[in-house]
Amino acid sequence: MTMAQALNSAMDVMLARDPNVLIFGEDVGYFGGVFRVTEGLQKKYGRNRVFDTPIAEGGIVAAAIGMGVNGLRPVVEIQFCDYIHPAFDQLVSELSRLRYRSGGQFWSPVTVRTPCGGGIHGGQTHSQSPEAVYAHVCGLKTVMPSNPYDAKGMLISAIEDDDPVIFLEPKRLYNGPFAGDPEQQSGRWDAHPKGEVPDGYYTVPLGQAEVVVPGDELTIVGYGTLVHVAVAAAREAGVCAEIIDVRSMMPLDIDTLAASVKKNGRCLIVHEATRTCGYGAELSAQIQEACFWSLKAPIERVTGWDTPYPHAQEWEYFPGKKRVLEAIRRIMEIA
Amino acid sequence: MNPLTGKLHIPDAPFRPGQHADYSKVTLPAAGELERPDVLVEERLIRHMPYSMIRVLDTEHRAVGPWNPNLDVETLRQGLRFMLLTRAYDDRMMRAQRQGKLTFYVKSTGEEGFTVAQCLALRPGDMLFTTYRQPAAAIARGAPLVDMMCQCLSNSRDNLRGRQVPTLYSFKEVNFFSISGNVGTQFPQAVGWAMASNYKGEDHIASAWVGEGASAEGDFHYAMTFASVYEAPVILNIVNNQWAISTFQDFAGGEHCPFAARALGYGMPGLRVDGNDFLAVYAATQWAAGRARAGKGATLIELYTYRAESHSSSDDATRYRPVDDWQNWPLGDPILRLKQHLIDLGEWTEERHLALEAELKQAVMDAWQEAVSYGTLEEGPRPPVAAMFEHVYKELPPHLIKQRRQLGVEP
Ligand SMILES: Cc1ncc(C[n+]2csc(CCOP(=O)(O)OP(=O)(O)O)c2C)c(N)n1
Repeated sequence: MTMAQALNSAMDVMLARDPNVLIFGEDVGYFGGVFRVTEGLQKKYGRNRVFDTPIAEGGIVAAAIGMGVNGLRPVVEIQFCDYIHPAFDQLVSELSRLRYRSGGQFWSPVTVRTPCGGGIHGGQTHSQSPEAVYAHVCGLKTVMPSNPYDAKGMLISAIEDDDPVIFLEPKRLYNGPFAGDPEQQSGRWDAHPKGEVPDGYYTVPLGQAEVVVPGDELTIVGYGTLVHVAVAAAREAGVCAEIIDVRSMMPLDIDTLAASVKKNGRCLIVHEATRTCGYGAELSAQIQEACFWSLKAPIERVTGWDTPYPHAQEWEYFPGKKRVLEAIRRIMEIA
Repeated sequence: MNPLTGKLHIPDAPFRPGQHADYSKVTLPAAGELERPDVLVEERLIRHMPYSMIRVLDTEHRAVGPWNPNLDVETLRQGLRFMLLTRAYDDRMMRAQRQGKLTFYVKSTGEEGFTVAQCLALRPGDMLFTTYRQPAAAIARGAPLVDMMCQCLSNSRDNLRGRQVPTLYSFKEVNFFSISGNVGTQFPQAVGWAMASNYKGEDHIASAWVGEGASAEGDFHYAMTFASVYEAPVILNIVNNQWAISTFQDFAGGEHCPFAARALGYGMPGLRVDGNDFLAVYAATQWAAGRARAGKGATLIELYTYRAESHSSSDDATRYRPVDDWQNWPLGDPILRLKQHLIDLGEWTEERHLALEAELKQAVMDAWQEAVSYGTLEEGPRPPVAAMFEHVYKELPPHLIKQRRQLGVEP
């Protein structure tokens, strides 16, 4: 299955299991979404459960909050995460804090699915990675899968979760794994072990990182598209790197990361989002706190630059294999 | 008995693939039917207007009724020329997209008319806050075709330095505001621009457009509130082209009330106009501009039209609507309607039309040859990589100087 199909399958499973699950967003109904992730669901479950919305992200999230308070379990799609900002107040001041401010009386188990990341020549409004923004908001869970198997299992967990979840989907991975080389075609998920996805119900818990490739010379910590870039770069560098997919920014599985870095003594963090106050800063701080005495080299970050995501200079902006490779070499050179 | 049904009311499109494009529910008043109130009329006296429609060109292509702007022939021909040029430009650019020269493109086919008419009815000093579906505005304001193409190509001559996807133009020199990818944001910004114009004692007004789909955003309502409260000299236009990607206008609220009628809640005049009728749009815009310049504040205009083609190069409209929908659209093609009107006036012929089409097609071809000589995104030359770091701030801060060095692209 592709990642788009796996996400579709997760929603299919949950629509069948729980009559309180509703799916809505811009173009998700008849059309099945601009990335085809909700394709066929309206036909199968009816317009009462899978439907289009006005172009009003603030309205989509706010309505979902109200439905959730009244017993439903809405799963909303924001067409691109770049268009989530009209909903910012509803996410940050409302959805995230409802349980807290009402002393546990009210909560709303909304899942917000939204495509993120670049690599499709989408320019500044179809390419951003806002995970740090939401990880910074207390009361929201923020996650990002990097493959079809995790995508389905994590989406089911997110829908079943009684806390609100920002579910970020790296759009460049929807239809195939991508190691960051624009000269090469995307790979095929059906040729990738994580493209094997069971049809029925299963979960991948939120809040667990995964060791994607074991190794004992260096730890590379990343998520989303950059997991695939890191695997390719480490292979090319000929370094026995342990590559960890964070998967969940909040809650963060620091134990898995710390165990690896303590063992290897070297750590590289990679993400596509801008650098300053990016999620890598949090990772670096926590890893340093847990592993300071084991570190043989400073923790490095390879990230997007601190500029809006450009259109023409996409591949100079994207933290691709070359930059990851250079960082690996720098870290390994330190005696 | 419980009156609630256990089912949500979910609007549906009037037709889908395989069905006939049935417009029997579209009720249109005849051309010339609606009266034209004085520009300074009190808003409470014209509250029926958004429920009707301003139309000038009748079925025989004559200009009829009080909204006839009685334009001179030169203006009509100029309008036709800009519309045809826009269509030729769109066709060329979409072909270039299909050939892999552009990453993306948005056509405006069927919607050239209202934009051209409005730009001609406004003054050069008036500020335009357009959507991505209005290349006609840049063209009518005189932005060079080559410059527009270079933006779409992200090449070495791109005036936006490769930062934007194709069609998100910016031409400050002709008072054409930078287009945003986030729909709706320009609407309240235009109101602020107009407030500043008033504050400075200038008689420039602003005109902003938003799709009917995007009119569901909060930004639309911010614009209406601010324009109403401060009586800002602005024209706020909703382009009702019936579709927002796959979603019919009913999902933006069109099922229960014309978009123009939203003005009523703000005490603002609301005009609903046949968007494919060059003369009607010109007249309505002239009315709203005159009112704004006279200090009577904003007008909301609904431009009733049809999106003839797919949403963009990334979309395939045949997946969600019939193939013959535009052919059957009761308000026709704005170009053919103006052409026919000019022919009926005895001021135009089929031969001249064909000759003009050929001339403009050639002009577009020539511009294209020149534009690609400055490079394409694929093959270059492109804007310098270092340009990525410029304009984030007025001056390059130390951390960006450092990042630029790390990338190894000193200017
Ligand atoms: C804030 C925001 N939300 C969603 C989108 C994605 N999007 C781009 S165009 C579009 C449809 C807009 O339809 P409409 O406003 O009717 O204008 P049209 O394209 O028909 O001219 C959508 C949903 C966006 N660009 N910005």
